[in-house]
Parts: sequence; structure tokens; C-alpha cells
Amino acid sequence: MTVPSPVSDPTRETQLPTDLVKHEPGWKRLLRRQESVVFGALVVMCATFALWHPVEFATAANVRGMAMDASVLLLIALGMTFVIASAGIDLSVGSVLIFASIISIKAMGVVGSTGVAVALVGVVAGCGAGAAWGLLNGVLIAWLRLPPLLVTLATLGAALGASQLLTGGAELTDVPTDLNSTIGFGTVIGIPYLAITVTVVTVIGGLILAYTRFGRRTYAIGSSHAAARRAGIPTANHLTVVYTLMGGLAGAAGFLSIARFGTTSIGGHTTDALSAVTAVILGGASLFGGTGTVIGTVIGVSIPTVLANGLVIVGVPASWQPIAVAAVLIAAVYADRRRRDKQQRN
Amino acid sequence: MKRFGHVEALRGADFAIRPGEVVGLVGDNGAGKSTLVSVLVGDQRPDAGEILLDGSPVTLHSPEQARALGIETVYQDLALADDLDAPANLFLGREIFRGGVLGRLGVLDKSAMRTRASELLRELGVTLDLTAPVAAMSGGQRQSVGVCRAVGWASRVVFMDEPTAALGVVQTQRVIELIERIRDRGLAVVLISHNLSEVRAVADRIEVLRLGRRAASLRPEEATTEKLVAAMTGLLEGVA
Repeated sequence: MTVPSPVSDPTRETQLPTDLVKHEPGWKRLLRRQESVVFGALVVMCATFALWHPVEFATAANVRGMAMDASVLLLIALGMTFVIASAGIDLSVGSVLIFASIISIKAMGVVGSTGVAVALVGVVAGCGAGAAWGLLNGVLIAWLRLPPLLVTLATLGAALGASQLLTGGAELTDVPTDLNSTIGFGTVIGIPYLAITVTVVTVIGGLILAYTRFGRRTYAIGSSHAAARRAGIPTANHLTVVYTLMGGLAGAAGFLSIARFGTTSIGGHTTDALSAVTAVILGGASLFGGTGTVIGTVIGVSIPTVLANGLVIVGVPASWQPIAVAAVLIAAVYADRRRRDKQQRN
Repeated sequence: MKRFGHVEALRGADFAIRPGEVVGLVGDNGAGKSTLVSVLVGDQRPDAGEILLDGSPVTLHSPEQARALGIETVYQDLALADDLDAPANLFLGREIFRGGVLGRLGVLDKSAMRTRASELLRELGVTLDLTAPVAAMSGGQRQSVGVCRAVGWASRVVFMDEPTAALGVVQTQRVIELIERIRDRGLAVVLISHNLSEVRAVADRIEVLRLGRRAASLRPEEATTEKLVAAMTGLLEGVA
């Protein structure tokens, strides 16, 4: 057989029914994205609270507080964006966070009580412990092909149990004090270290998802596992990395939460996974996979944070916050459903 | 030859194709069409027999290896990533990177992929919105993306498994025109289809499989529906 060139042959005639191309202008496409809609909702929310109670809500101190509240959750939600884009879910992140915070404290306790080196050990130990759980999730999901929901439900319990075994159920509080005063609640030109750290990590994560082959392959696997495999993508490897990354980020969140609060919180993270999933879905991702952006997730994390803060300021009992978030979530999911139905009809 | 346990799915199914030729592969359900193709694209290993490429024997261990030799497949269920746009699908698994440090970090060159995708689609006479996810496209457009992906990378043979099964009349016509353009580029096209009139319209030769064997090899002008059906059901023996 001869080998014809697969590339263009200039001698060939080109007949083009170009009238078939329907190209929507970019701004219109942007406006229709769920990120834009949810961003609009966030702006309206902020504006309402800011006009209603400007003295309490629209202050640097309050914004700083909200940024710190959102930071730890954002780190988890960042990982969850990758997981959900790959058509998976990770329910274990709250327990993994607790486990990693315990390992982190114990590791720091071994090397010392102050200084940058100790903090570094804490970071590495926390991220490593988290990544180990993530790796376990990834292997069970990608290589044994078990459903992510069940695997991470199991590791949710296992990591919590392991945490209680390690501590005997008592909280650990021996966090280095200089860690607490810098990363925990220190600021640089008015911006909390915590927020800076998380922002840097989030921007890197966002760039990876949007612009690299890793991101594209994550979307491809989430869109159609079979298609990705047929295209020669090593899907099992890729998913293992995604879940390991998620675990590592949960570990980092564990480190940041002990830096901030100066203690582990064994009972305090039961809803973390669900909050992260909520944020990702609010940000325009679909649980069916193949979609989701980090910008959307940032907005999705901000909405519950602003609601919680604003409702307290205007004097609504804090318990109304989850109810309000629930309403926004249902609205977002309904909007996604409508959009998918419309696509299907096409 | 290919056996599954005690079942001989293929037994003496000789098959050959030349560049610039379209061969229709027809047969009743279970005749061995899909098995023959999966052996020829490296999906399965034959238990006996050999595959010659340009006259020399090759052993195909995997679809990736077949692809590296210029053999591509358009799957019946398309195998597209619905949430990605056409350029992303065309380059899935074979992405182009940016130059320099960014490229080494895995950063994609989206504009290069878009440009080359639009060149390829234009060359094959396919028009569609390059920024829309595949899920938002019509069945015909989706099929075109699947076909173009195979054609864009194939340098020798393209296998198409029921490429028009889910399509309407107009869209089917488009795919047939697409097959003709691919043939004109000098590629060999194997068309598997249940639609006999479609096969007759585009194929240069029609091979009929029955019970894992080549039952007949017909030129389109001699392949009447009666003759094809007879060959498929075993009423006609020894043509070929």
C-alpha cells in the first residue's frame, strides 16, 4: 500500500457550504454560562448586604473574615472540581482532612515547636497523609473499578476511625504558636496569609484544569470513559492521580485548619464533602462529569460564605443559612437540567 | 481464524483492500463482521492466520499500535467526549502542546489544534461550530466529527462500523460523500453496514461474510439485493 499524506492537498477542490456554520458571539456564550448567572447572584447578594448594613458587612475586617472562612473549604472544593469533572465524587474529604491534621500535628511535635522547618514538616506530613488516602481511593476506583460513591463512603468511615484510634478521641492542640500567628491569622498588607496561600494554589489548579492536557483529559474521562480509553488515554492512571490530588488538597486543608484554629476538630468536618460538592455544582459543574471550572467553584464557595456572614449581620438566625444555600443549589441544578434537556433536543 | 471458546467466529475469512478502494463488508448478524474488524484493528488477536501490511506480515497487539501504522476505526457508538468541542475531540489523546517551557508543563496549544481541525473539516467538506460541545450537535455532525477524527490520523485504512446507523437520509448522504472524499485521498475504506443500497452506492467491491467465512465477493453492479441476501443466508455458494 502507498502512504498518502493525511494533511491538506492543495490541488483538491474545496466546496464549502459555509452557511451551515452557526457561530454565537463570545459575550453571549459567556453570559449564558452558569458561572455568569451564579456570579450575578453573588453580586446581588453582596450588594444587598452592603447597602443594608454597610458598617458591619462592607468592612475590610469582615471581608477578611469571610476570606478566611472560605479558604479551607475552597481548597477542598478545588480538588472536588477535578473529581467531579472526571465524573466522580469524593465523600471522604472531611475525614481525610481530620486524619491529615492529626498526622501533621504529631509530625511537627516530633521535630520541634517553632520555626519554618517545623511548619514545612507539618505541610508535608499533612499533604502526604491526605494523598495516601486519596491514592487508596484512586486505586480502588480506577483499578478495581468500584463506584466512587461507595469507595469514598467507606474511606470516610475508615479515615475517621483511624483518626479516633490515633488520638483516643481527644483533640490535639499542641500546634506551634508561631504557626498559629502567621499562617493561622497573620496578614500581609491586610491580606491573610491563609487567603494568599489558598489563592495561589487555586490559581495554579485553575490553570491546570483549563489549559493543560491533564485538565483536558480529566474532562474527557468525565464526558465518556470509553471514548477517553479508545483515544489512548491511560484512564486508570489519570483517575488515580485525580483522587490522590484530591486527598493531598484535603491534607493541605487539614494543615491550614490546625494553623488557623490551633486544634484538630474530630467532630467538626462531617459536612465538608457535601459543602465542597455543593460549591462545585453551584459553580456550574454537572455531577455527570465533563464540566466544571475553578472560577465557578470559587463563586460556588463564596455564596454560602457570604450568605452565612450576611444573614448573621442582618439578624437572621444562622440556621437559615443552610436552608438558603439549599434553595440556591436546587435552583442551580434545575438550571443545569434545563440546559441539558435543551441540548438533547438539538 | 478467531475462536471464542468452542465458537469459531472466523474461519477462513480472507480479506484484502487496496489504497483508494472502498470495500463494503456485509453479512447477517453473527457472521463475524465485527470480529474480523476487531482483529484487523488490533482489538483482538487472531488464533491463526496472518495480517499483511504493504505485503509484509505484522502482528497487531493493540489499537494504539494499529493507529501508529495508520489504521483508524470509526466506532458505531462514536466514542466522542460529549462535553468537549470538535477540535478537542479530533485531538483527543494526541494533543498539541505549546512550545518551550509551557509546553513541557503540559500546556495545550488550543489555537493550533483549532486551526488544524478547521483545515481538516474544511477539506472533508464538513461545516460545524468549532466552539460548541459535541453534545450540542446533530447526529450527522457528530458522526462527521467521528469520521474526521479517524480520517485525520489514518494514513492507510479507515474502518467504519455502521457509520450511518443512526442518521437520517440527508445526513447519510453526507457521510457517503465523505467516504468518497476519503477514498479520493488515497485511503482504503472498509464500510460495514446493514444498508445494502448504501453499500452498493459507494463500494468498489462487496465482501459477504457468512458463518465466519467469505461467502462471496461481488462488484457493486453485479450485487443485486437478491444475490447479496442469497450469499448472506447461504443460498449462494461458490461465487467469489
